[in-house]
Amino acid sequence: MTLPPIPDDAIVLGATASTWQEAVRTAGSALVRSGAARPGYSDAMVRMIDEHGPYVVIAPGLALAHARPDDQVLATGLAVVTLATPVEFGHPHNDPVRVVLGLAVDSVGGHLESIADLANVFNDTSVIVVLADAASPDEVRSLMGVSSL
Amino acid sequence: MKIVTICGAGIGSSGILKVNAERVLQRLDIEADVVAADIGSVRAVAEDAQVILTSAEFVDAIGPTFADVIVIVNHFDQQELAEKLERALG
Repeated sequence: MTLPPIPDDAIVLGATASTWQEAVRTAGSALVRSGAARPGYSDAMVRMIDEHGPYVVIAPGLALAHARPDDQVLATGLAVVTLATPVEFGHPHNDPVRVVLGLAVDSVGGHLESIADLANVFNDTSVIVVLADAASPDEVRSLMGVSSL
Repeated sequence: MKIVTICGAGIGSSGILKVNAERVLQRLDIEADVVAADIGSVRAVAEDAQVILTSAEFVDAIGPTFADVIVIVNHFDQQELAEKLERALG
């Protein structure tokens, strides 16, 4: 298993966000709390979507927020945010979003194994719906097949 | 054959597309190099590509290309990938 561990600090369940920016920043704060990123990483994730559009909404209900590896990334890490109320990112097909994953990677080259594991989890797309209703961090970790540290 | 997956940062969604495209190609018994890249380097990376896989948001930014540009809606849906790849390559 090469997905990074997801500590409690990196999981926010039932978060309230009225805009996609708030939803992405919640994932950014979780990455900061768990030691994966500096606060500027949230801005960088929002900037990616401002610049390129809502392409990070890669499946129905799921956004994979991320930015480039740079000095705002301290370690490769993953954050999971579920939203109490679904949020529109402006994606023509995959809105509204109920689960925001925040991804920080410390190098472009090193992230593909983690991505392959992420694909293993979500190639069964029914996982997104179950994950959106997860009641505890342990349930999130169990669905994603990761540890807490 | 070369297939390029494109997203904003060259990580994340283009990585998901690369991994899932490789799985689908293996199942279809099609040999191809799949390379993930960011939109900024598409011109250089996709020069000799036959297929570009991406999200709708990047189609305009890719500009003129000899490659077939395929838009993927659900990056995790291997059936969508398989159908669209088969149509482009068949």
